[in-house]
Amino acid sequence: MSNSNESIDPNRRSFLGKAGAAVATTLIAPGVVLHASARDPATPVTDAVRWGMLIDTSKCADGCGDCVQACEKENGLDMVTMPEGADPENWDRQRPRWIRQIQLQDNLTGQITSLPMMCQHCEEPPCADVCPTGASFRRADGIVMVDRHICIGCRYCMMACPYKARSFIHEEVDVKPTHAPRGKGCVESCNFCVHRLDSGETTTACQDACKHQAIAFGDLKDKNSAVSKALESVKSRQLRADLQLNTGVRYSGV
Amino acid sequence: MFTSVRRRAWFVMLPVGLVLAIASGGRALADSKVGALVSGSKAAGIQPPQCVEPTPYMRRHHMELILHQRDMTVHEGIRGNKHSLAGCIDCHVARGDDGKAVPVNAEGQFCDSCHDYVGVSLPCFQCHATVPTPASAHK
Repeated sequence: MSNSNESIDPNRRSFLGKAGAAVATTLIAPGVVLHASARDPATPVTDAVRWGMLIDTSKCADGCGDCVQACEKENGLDMVTMPEGADPENWDRQRPRWIRQIQLQDNLTGQITSLPMMCQHCEEPPCADVCPTGASFRRADGIVMVDRHICIGCRYCMMACPYKARSFIHEEVDVKPTHAPRGKGCVESCNFCVHRLDSGETTTACQDACKHQAIAFGDLKDKNSAVSKALESVKSRQLRADLQLNTGVRYSGV
Repeated sequence: MFTSVRRRAWFVMLPVGLVLAIASGGRALADSKVGALVSGSKAAGIQPPQCVEPTPYMRRHHMELILHQRDMTVHEGIRGNKHSLAGCIDCHVARGDDGKAVPVNAEGQFCDSCHDYVGVSLPCFQCHATVPTPASAHK
């Protein structure tokens, strides 16, 4: 037991402060570049990060589908083949797509805008709201995903999504990449190339493929990230902002 | 519905079938002295044999390890640690002379050999890749 009459040494606090500073310096000193986005794949994701994207539709070229192709290649969607005997028209309408290249026309002026449409990674995702099993969920870092181990393929989420962002796998898939499992009877959608982010990378396949630099991606909570800076400098909006979903994907020029 | 004669026939057939199954199974085990490791896999080349956990533990609990890992990976983004299914496949997949990987669930391969023997379904590969496909190879 310590003597309760002992007076408190006022220098103790300042000593602790100095010691703490010394520890912090030694930890940061050995040439480690502290990057807000780089993460250790062995630790759980946290809400210190929220992944988000800004798409500048004024840069997005009509007829260019580079982001769509890169997405399909990255996530093995190009390995999904049309089942034998299927109606090509049905197949084209129902085949899995994570990004759709869509065109908007202003009926008054006739001006056409083309933009990529994918999962908007809502803060309040309607897909997760309606999911009866909990398979649709929002990860701590803001990525909306499907846990295919739990998905029963009811497709309620596809009906609930205002952005038509989800696809259903109707048939068994022969070939699939290790990092993007895929099987008959589950719903899936854009996951911001989650396998890349988990491994410490900070870009998505669509962003890398865009030669027009129309896609900015990064951590919305980091003021110095590319996406935060882009959001600060240009006027942007959420699609269907009236639904108050606080989307992680924003568009400018629409 | 069974008639009473058919029901009696079932009672006779069942033990006979069980005895036959156990006898043939025993023979199969005796034939494969090396266990389930398939030649041409990384795992078969490790001497003495060493998995991520002791072999008897893996035999009984591999499904629990994978189940736990899958939740951590999907929901928490934890990847690449020692209990990942991708790790199992990477080490246990057999490679032919041409270096081409043989699917782990193909007949007689690592996963299939036991699962087929005990008649337990193997639904992992309805979705998961059966041969390693490095992320870099698909970019």
